[in-house]
Amino acid sequence: MTPRSEEHPNIQGNWKRDLRRNWQVYFFLLPTVAYLFVFNYMPLYGILMAFKDFKPRLGVLGSEWVGLKHFKFFFSLGAFWNILENTVVLSVYQLAAGFPLPILLALALNSCEFPRFKKIVQTVTYAPHFISVVVLVGMINILFAPSQGILINIMYRLGYPENQYLQVLMKAGSFRPLYVWSGIWASLGWNSIIYLSALSGVDLALHESARVDGATRLQRVLYIDFPSIIPTVIILLILNCGQIMNVGFEKVFLMQTSFNLSTSEVIATYVFKTGIREGQYSMATAIGLFNSIVNFLLLLTVNRIARRFSENSLW
Amino acid sequence: MKTPFGRRGSMQVDRGDLAFNGIVFLILFILFLCIAYPLYFIVIASISDPLLVSTGGIILFPRKVTLDAYRKVVEYREIWIGYRNTLFYTAAFTALSVFMVMTAGYGLSRRNVPFQKYIIAYMTFTMFFSGGLIPTYLLMRNIHLEGNPIIIILMGCVSVYNIIIARTFLHSYVPEELFEAALIDGSDHLRYFLRIVLPLSPALIAVMVLFSAVAQWNQWFTALIYLRKQSQMPLQLVLRNIIVNSQEMLRQMEGVGVVQDGGDKGQALLLVNSMKYAVIIVSALPVMCLYPFLQKYFIKGVMIGSIKG
Repeated sequence: MTPRSEEHPNIQGNWKRDLRRNWQVYFFLLPTVAYLFVFNYMPLYGILMAFKDFKPRLGVLGSEWVGLKHFKFFFSLGAFWNILENTVVLSVYQLAAGFPLPILLALALNSCEFPRFKKIVQTVTYAPHFISVVVLVGMINILFAPSQGILINIMYRLGYPENQYLQVLMKAGSFRPLYVWSGIWASLGWNSIIYLSALSGVDLALHESARVDGATRLQRVLYIDFPSIIPTVIILLILNCGQIMNVGFEKVFLMQTSFNLSTSEVIATYVFKTGIREGQYSMATAIGLFNSIVNFLLLLTVNRIARRFSENSLW
Repeated sequence: MKTPFGRRGSMQVDRGDLAFNGIVFLILFILFLCIAYPLYFIVIASISDPLLVSTGGIILFPRKVTLDAYRKVVEYREIWIGYRNTLFYTAAFTALSVFMVMTAGYGLSRRNVPFQKYIIAYMTFTMFFSGGLIPTYLLMRNIHLEGNPIIIILMGCVSVYNIIIARTFLHSYVPEELFEAALIDGSDHLRYFLRIVLPLSPALIAVMVLFSAVAQWNQWFTALIYLRKQSQMPLQLVLRNIIVNSQEMLRQMEGVGVVQDGGDKGQALLLVNSMKYAVIIVSALPVMCLYPFLQKYFIKGVMIGSIKG
C-alpha cells in the first residue's frame, strides 16, 4: 500500500473550508471525548487527596492540606521496602523467565516441517490466552491442592520431597514460581505470535543461498532467522522493562492468601487494601500516585533508550 | 511454504539436519504437553469418579465416568444467575464499546479536520495518566454508580488503544477516493460512515467485537469493587467464590481427614471438588465454541496493532 499524502495540497491551511466540510466529524468523536472526560479526566482531580487529609464529609476541596505527610508515612513504614521488593522481584522474575520462551517457541514453530503438527501446537498453545484470571488461579489451586492436586501428585512421584509437597500452596516461597510459571503457561503461545509474524517476513532467497553454500538447518536459524527478529526482540524487551513497577493486580490479588502475604503483597494490592478495604483514601491515593510517577519515569527513560536503539538496530 | 526445491527435495538428507528436525519436534512436543495436559486433565477429572480424582487415580484417561458433578453444577443457582448476568453484561458492553471504537476511529481517520491533533493528544494522554483506583472509586460513588450494574457496562468501554488500531485500519483499508466520490454524490459523514465505511470493515468490527466480548466475559474486578448485590454478580465472581476463595479452600483442607471415613460429609466434599472441574468447563463453554474465530481474529488484531508500531 502506498502512503497517501497527509493533506490535500489545494485545500491545505484552509481551515474554514475544512470546518464547513467536516464539522460532523466532531459528533463522531463526541461520545468518546465525553466518556474520557468523566471516567479519566475527572478522577485526576481526586489526586489532590494524596496531599490532603481527605474526609468524605468535607469533600476533596474542603479537606485539610497536609503536604507530603502520606508519602513520608508510607516511606517510613517497615512494610514499604518489603512491598517494593516484592513488586520489583516479581516483575523481574517474570521478565527473565517469561521473555525468552516465546522466542524459542516461535523459532521452533517456524522451523517445523510438519504443517499439521505445527497447526495443532499453535491452536493448543494459544488457547490459554482466553482463560480468565479467575479460572487460571482456580486451576492453580486445584492442580496444586494438598494431596489431591494432580500436579502435586506428579511432582511427588518424580521425587519432590514429601515433607514439602503437602503445602506448596501454603508456602510463601512458592508464590513467585507459581505466579510466574502459570503466567508463562497462559501467555507463551500468544506472545510468540508477534515473533512468528516477523519471521514470516524473512526472505526465502536468503535461506536458499545459505543452503547452496552448505549451511546446516541450525546455522540458518542462528544466522538468518534469529537476527531477523532481533529488532522486534529489542523493542519488546525495552517496552517490558518499562512495565517493571506495573505488576498486574488481579492475579496477585486472587492468589494472595494469609500464608504467602510476605511475598505476594505488591503495591497494587496494598493500595486496594488501604483504600477500598480500610477506607484510608488519602494514603491509598498517595501510594497509587507514587507508583504512577515511578511508572511514568520508567516509561520515559525506556522510550528514550528505545528510540536510540531502533535507530541503530534497524539496518 | 514451498521453496523452489521443495522442502525435502535435496538429494541426501544431512544427519545434522535430521537431528535438528528431531530437536525442533521435541521442543514443540514438550511445550505442547506442558500446555495441553492441565487443560486435558480438567476435562477428564470433571467426568471421572470424584474419589479416584482426589486420590490421584486419574492421570491419563477418565475412569468410572459420571456426570454427577455437572448435575450439581446445573442445580447450583448462583452459577446460572451469574451466567445470565454475564451474558447480559457482555452483550451490552460489546455493543457499546464497538459503537465507541468505530465512531471515534472514524472521527480520527478523517483527514483535514481542524483541531484533530488536539483531540488525539487528549485521548492518548489518558493512556499514560489516570487518577488511579481510589479517586475513580470515589467519583463513581459520588455519581451514584456504585452498586449500579450500569457501571459494569461503562467501565472500560472506551479503549484508546483500540481506537488507534481502528484508525490505522481505516487509514490503510478504506481508500480516501471513496470519500471524495461520496461527497460529490452529496453524501454526508453519517451516510458515508454507515453505507461505505462500515461495510468495508467487517474484519475490524469482528476483531473489536471479539476483543470486547472476551474482555468482558473474563471481567470480575469492576464487579468486586462496585457491585454489592449477589443477584448482580457476573459469572467470574461467582466462579471466584467456588474455585479460588481461600476460605472455601481451607474448609476443604479440613475435610481431607474426613474423606477416609467415607461419611456423608466426605462424600459431599468430594463432590464439591469435582464440581470445581465441571464449573470451569461450563464457564469456558462459550469461549471454547468461539475459539476458532477468536484465534483467527485475535491474531488479525495483533497484526493490525503491530503495523502501528
